[in-house]
Amino acid sequence: MAASRSSSAGKLTTTQRHQMELERKVGDMLGTFVGLGRHQRSVLLELWREEHVEFLVQKGLRRLGASYSVLDSSRPWLCYWSLHSLALLGESFNLELGDDVIEFLERCQDSGGGYGGGPGQMPHLATTYAAVCALVTLGGAKALGSINREKMLQFLTRMKDSSGGFRLHEGGEMDVRGCYTAIAVAHILGILTPTITYKVNEFVVSCQTYEGGIGGEPGAEAHGGYTFCGLAALILTNQMEGLDLPSLLKWAAKRQGKVEGGFQGRTNKLVDGCYSFWQGGIFPLIQHVIPRLVSQLPVFRNHLLHPADENDVLHMCCKVKTCLESKKTGFVHDNSINSCISGEEDEGTSEPNIQITRTRIEGKESPPIMSAETLFPLKFHGSYQNITDAQQHSTDCFSKEDEQTKHGAAQGLSTFNQDSCFVRPFFNTQALQAYVLICCQVLEGGLIDKPGKPRDFYHTCYCLSGLSTAQHPTWLQAEACPSESDVLGPSCNLLEPTHPLCNVHFERYLEARSFFNDLSL
Amino acid sequence: MQVGVEDDDGDRWIPFSERSEWSDVQPVPQDDGPYPVVSIAYTSQFRETMDYFRAVLARDERSDRSLELTEEAIHMNAGNYTVWHFRRLVLESLGKDLWKELYFIQDVAKSNHKNYQLWHHRRWVAEKLGVAVAPEELRFTELVLASDAKNYHAWSHRQWVLKALGGWEAELSFCSMLLQEDIYNNSAWNQRFFVIKNSPLLEGLDSMRESEVEYCINAIKLAPLNESSWTYLRGLFGNDTKSLGDSQSIGQVCFEELARDRCCIPALSFLLDLVCYGFQPTVDDCKILDSSIEILSSLQLALYLCERLEVVDAIRACYWAWRRSLLPAIIK
Repeated sequence: MAASRSSSAGKLTTTQRHQMELERKVGDMLGTFVGLGRHQRSVLLELWREEHVEFLVQKGLRRLGASYSVLDSSRPWLCYWSLHSLALLGESFNLELGDDVIEFLERCQDSGGGYGGGPGQMPHLATTYAAVCALVTLGGAKALGSINREKMLQFLTRMKDSSGGFRLHEGGEMDVRGCYTAIAVAHILGILTPTITYKVNEFVVSCQTYEGGIGGEPGAEAHGGYTFCGLAALILTNQMEGLDLPSLLKWAAKRQGKVEGGFQGRTNKLVDGCYSFWQGGIFPLIQHVIPRLVSQLPVFRNHLLHPADENDVLHMCCKVKTCLESKKTGFVHDNSINSCISGEEDEGTSEPNIQITRTRIEGKESPPIMSAETLFPLKFHGSYQNITDAQQHSTDCFSKEDEQTKHGAAQGLSTFNQDSCFVRPFFNTQALQAYVLICCQVLEGGLIDKPGKPRDFYHTCYCLSGLSTAQHPTWLQAEACPSESDVLGPSCNLLEPTHPLCNVHFERYLEARSFFNDLSL
Repeated sequence: MQVGVEDDDGDRWIPFSERSEWSDVQPVPQDDGPYPVVSIAYTSQFRETMDYFRAVLARDERSDRSLELTEEAIHMNAGNYTVWHFRRLVLESLGKDLWKELYFIQDVAKSNHKNYQLWHHRRWVAEKLGVAVAPEELRFTELVLASDAKNYHAWSHRQWVLKALGGWEAELSFCSMLLQEDIYNNSAWNQRFFVIKNSPLLEGLDSMRESEVEYCINAIKLAPLNESSWTYLRGLFGNDTKSLGDSQSIGQVCFEELARDRCCIPALSFLLDLVCYGFQPTVDDCKILDSSIEILSSLQLALYLCERLEVVDAIRACYWAWRRSLLPAIIK
């Protein structure tokens, strides 16, 4: 017998217990939410901007308590987490603060290139990414000009390994984070040379697991953070060959919790606010490689199915004809299935469609709990029609990259061909926003992993990044401005858009790209 | 000046400035500039230790006292990769006994088992010690996994040990044991896949497939909603989608689960993939899904499964609707 029957005989496993406890907690919060009046509900769905800004400015950017000593080697990260969060919240930075950040990061910049975790520390790829993104977020010639590109290229080259991967620092570990941080930095600074992009594909593809997601190194478990990093690194270097996109998408789609609405980082782990970005951010990337994804799908063969007692062949032929006709319209209509989503749309009700669901983990009979799935169904806009058009493109959008780069277009934009944009999100953006707004906000400001956890700047940054991504499901489209229904809660919740590959404020990204494009190396 | 600070063990911490063996060293303060940002209110112990560390780093002093200093610094902030890096240089220069280093790491791991630097250091030490350290490394990861069975770093380290130093003998039974404790432990499933694929003691994925499929089916029967076992089952076939589509027995597993629970999401999802790979159930099998409608072709079945998933797995309705929309596009 493979596995003991004890796990199904009443006693819950650790995984089940933790999941049920969290579902209960989130379910209670959603239950409270539903029980409130319309006004109170709208308050709960509000993004508490002032409080978050206060937390970031007062607590984050200036003086931190002694408990932050464990982040003494992550200080550029502390700058980035706070500045990026503030930028998404639409805050402008006063000149003095900006100058102080620039000056501080100069002290973290190594004379041999790259940035360390603090003044006098060795340069490290992750803190280098954080420092560059912090400076891009500040924007302006002073901030951008403070980055030593020539030395940076030398540093990135020193970290490059013959396997295609990157070490995080001299003599340091090598994983998919290294690939992403090095390549994102090189991309922003316009120094993505063949030496840097060499064999990145081989390294990242070797880290894709049988689950479909990407692990930190070959053999390691599929993980949201590494999957985002790996996918983004391959898109930035235009090296998608061999990456199994259908299985990656399926894996990512299955990470959204039906009760919670948020994302888990790995299969059968608990959701965490930070994966709102690491997992939620995977979908906008995939949207723009749809033709490649479709080209990887198995050809579907339509077989006639045989009855056990082959009786009425004629009858069967009629049925098949119906089926083929339905192909044209998209699907077979089956009135026995009432899509709760289309039902919602038809009724045009603004009241949440309150239904009760049971916890998904088997074991003991559990009482019904409220779920994000039923409270926040996604209302559809646009259509899936584009898919057939997209399929007619023999190659995907990346083939146009080289050509456009020659013409001096911003690489990050040319990476994405608007024609092949897929207009509907692949995940429930409403439920994700609900998780962030209802379960991850702290009244005093700041955002968290899950209810009961303390706030911190990392989670504040990635909850807000994920929220922004969920609010802008059709970014880069002609109609890029999100419609009112894309934004959950009051319309003032709308955050600034973030660049989906680099996770910096979109306009500042464009400014930085054009700044560095004008410089020669 | 700080006079008496007690460390974790209750001993009084003596400032470096009061230690005679450090009297020749001029501490180097951190250069945060006149208007620092993200400045941390260090304790005086933290600040002084780092000031002395900066001093020995600047002198590149590879001595016993430097080694002790790095130990103190790491205990205060195990995330300082510069300190760890310098420690490796000192260990190497002094030709230290690296077996003793394992104790130090284990001590730090008590409070920092989710730290990149610690695990990288451990790997560096184990690589130097070679094959002889493999049993110790396996034991160490088991210790960490005992309290945190999904610790990502511990699993990565363990995989590296197996690949670089060996010790595969009991690995499959280790996975089975963890799965017996918690069949939902996806890290253990991932490790199982790693073992089947890479162990030199086994015959590889293809020849193990049959017995693994059986193991997996048993696991599915125990916990039909456990995504881990379904994904593992899919993984066993890799790119060989034809064998998967042709396997009547696996198709039957889906129908058996759906006969018990018509809303079993993993079974519906798996069956959809099977149909896309060419699986052809009988019309009567399909009655299990819904006795009120007649499904006569694989396209009809696939469309039905997508629609069903859009409802029962509503959080992923967009994804399933998209899968449904693709079917006509990829049909041949």
